[in-house]
Amino acid sequence: MATVVQPPEHKHEDPSPAQQHTGGGGFGSFVPTGGPLKTLGDPSQEATRTGIWVGLAAITMSFAAFTSALLVRQTTGSDWRHLTVPPIVFANTIVLLASSVTLEIARRRLAAYARHESADRAAPLRWLITTLLLGLLFVAGQYAAWAKLRAEGLYLASNPNSSFFYVLTAVHALHVLGGLGGLLRVVAKLRNPVFSLRKSTMDATSYYWHFMGILWLYVLFVMWIKL
Amino acid sequence: MSETAVSTVQQHAPPSSFIRKHIFSLDHKVIGKQYYALALVAVFMGMVLSWLMRIHLVWPNAPIPGLQFLSKAGAPGGVMTPEYYLSLLTMHGTLMVFFVLTNAPFAAFGNYFLPIQIGAEDMAFPRFNMMSFWTTFLAFCILVTAFFVPDGPPISGWTAYATLSAVGPDSGPGEGLGQTLWGLSIFVFCIASLLGSLNFIATTLDLRTKGMTLARMPICTWAWFITSCIALLAFAVLMPACLLLILDRVAGTSFFIPAGLVISDHLQPHSGGSPLLWQHLFWFFGHPEVYIAILPAMGIVSHILINSMRRPLLSHKVIIYCMMAIGFLSYMVWGHHMFVSGMNPFSSLVFSFPTLMITIPATIMTLIWLGSLYGSRLRISAASLFALGFLSMFVSGGVSGFFLAQPSIDIYLHATYFVVGHFHMVMGVAAIFGIFAGTYFWFPKMTGHMMSESLGKLHFWLTFIGTYCIFMPFHYLGLAGNVRRYSAFVDDFLVPLIPVHRFITFAALFTGAVQLIFLYNLIHSRFRGAPAPANPWECTSLEWTMPSPPPFDNFGGKHPVVYHDPYQYGVKSSTGDYLMQDSPEQAQT
Repeated sequence: MATVVQPPEHKHEDPSPAQQHTGGGGFGSFVPTGGPLKTLGDPSQEATRTGIWVGLAAITMSFAAFTSALLVRQTTGSDWRHLTVPPIVFANTIVLLASSVTLEIARRRLAAYARHESADRAAPLRWLITTLLLGLLFVAGQYAAWAKLRAEGLYLASNPNSSFFYVLTAVHALHVLGGLGGLLRVVAKLRNPVFSLRKSTMDATSYYWHFMGILWLYVLFVMWIKL
Repeated sequence: MSETAVSTVQQHAPPSSFIRKHIFSLDHKVIGKQYYALALVAVFMGMVLSWLMRIHLVWPNAPIPGLQFLSKAGAPGGVMTPEYYLSLLTMHGTLMVFFVLTNAPFAAFGNYFLPIQIGAEDMAFPRFNMMSFWTTFLAFCILVTAFFVPDGPPISGWTAYATLSAVGPDSGPGEGLGQTLWGLSIFVFCIASLLGSLNFIATTLDLRTKGMTLARMPICTWAWFITSCIALLAFAVLMPACLLLILDRVAGTSFFIPAGLVISDHLQPHSGGSPLLWQHLFWFFGHPEVYIAILPAMGIVSHILINSMRRPLLSHKVIIYCMMAIGFLSYMVWGHHMFVSGMNPFSSLVFSFPTLMITIPATIMTLIWLGSLYGSRLRISAASLFALGFLSMFVSGGVSGFFLAQPSIDIYLHATYFVVGHFHMVMGVAAIFGIFAGTYFWFPKMTGHMMSESLGKLHFWLTFIGTYCIFMPFHYLGLAGNVRRYSAFVDDFLVPLIPVHRFITFAALFTGAVQLIFLYNLIHSRFRGAPAPANPWECTSLEWTMPSPPPFDNFGGKHPVVYHDPYQYGVKSSTGDYLMQDSPEQAQT
């Protein structure tokens, strides 16, 4: 029979220091002065945040594997042909970084709504949808980059440079699509008449999305100096 | 509504339908049992494959009745072709390493007991957990279909070395669709494994109950946690490797295929790739993978030994640090699989050194186990016998690793039966003994019935003797120069070894048959076994505080409070010679 300590009658505890951290953005927690929000005391958010960091570690490791494959492949075989990165890729980079900015704006608007400083739920929703659209624009732009390479006669198997270009950008784009799925989920929760979006969900989705931007900068860097 | 400082998982309501209860369940306990069932199916498949291989090795021209129905081309008239031998070898290795040794000790027992042992209601992400099992199941189905495609399963071994695995159908039967299915199956398995590791790590870090500090977690929980950290990074490397392999096969890229290869009279239209790159990527995953296979067994065995000895280990903290050291070092040794691959010989030195270093924590652990056992009054049960068997097998199999770690000796022993003996003893026997020990130990908790102890002890002794008879001679064979992955022994230096092989084959068939005792015990006890009390082994960890089997929500919606580490044995208390972790009572001195 489990020995459990019956919790004392409702006693409002101040959140421990560990629970008081705001989770990034520096804009305070979603603690409501009243209302239906989950409080910062909702500890499931710790697991969600840990989970996303763990997931990002795995993705980092995967791209490390791709990078080392690239480095080794460059030294074997004598068929390394310099590839000009299609210029649209730089526009795509701006779009992706812009989407990170709009996401942060959305988070701040959301925090203001949660703190009841603003009753406007439409503002964070607008900025989230902007982020979504910018993300889609990024993926479309990547597709345009692939089309440009195809027009130059560079396909997946043409030479190792094009192989790695397609593989790296496609795998990144796939992960971005996953991030878009997460953003869609957040939008859906926000549009629900009953406010059911947890801070941990918003945080985890944002960390993932910002990581996609950082990862893209890394991939771009590797391609620029190596391919 | 209680206000606790304890993490709660997203609550999921008790399941109502049959499908929700037993099939698409979010409950970590059901998922753990599902992994175990999958591992059981995979291990019997793998074992049957090994029988077919052993029979063929000794009687290469004898028809095996029924084999022609599995593959008309691979076994015309029931007589296995050499290529089909390699196909069976590949599937044996893949099934055993991935679907048994990664699944059973880690995913099955870990999923079932990790949340309970830390006092949580469920894993941190129950839906991801359910997805991870069904993704594993999908990977299993994709792999098994390779048996039924026209050309059969791949012939490149579980290691799938390029260029054999990368060029496509020209390189042999099974290298068409079969190899692609293999690559796809492993790719999907990686996704499942990553989801599982994610859950384990987040759960261990964030869902521990009040009083359950990291230091108070049982050793097996630590083992699962460390294993999941290793698995996260290892499988994240195998995924890109499999992707690049599949692209080489179907998209005409040349990551692993060099120029100028003429195979089956066809000039391969690839150039510039490096077969060595595949080996580096694969073994960077592959070596941590074998520690993923053994660490949970070490944890389970430690837990059972402490319980059976009725006293703590000499130092459980050192055991945990050693497990961490093994996990860390496992990423530095992959090149010891590649000493003779043609890479720079100096790098052999670079890899040999950490390989020898990794023997240090393993030896410390062994000495702690042995030293703790010395002078103890061990309670003999099927579980503790298998735990002792693990120790024996780990030492026997581990010492051959010392030899293989040295490039100068490995040049001779690489790709011989010496290597096969080494990894079978540590993985194929020691880790399996860990699974058996865990089964006999936790079966009462999982099912509410006791297994037959006498059948369990019989199973142990016959398996112990049988596996020594099978795998010890492998070392002799390897030293005598017996090359591995040969389907028949016709060379004049191999023919004198055939009597040894005959002995091994008989031992293998015998030991395989003995496992039916285990299977019978498992199934019979599940339905007709004596009812199990809550704590038949008088064990201190939290799973023994709940009824057998545990209720849906583990602790009934409450959070246990933990006061002790799980090694309070040999103390005077109101319960006897042990203190449960959640007992507020202090040991009387």
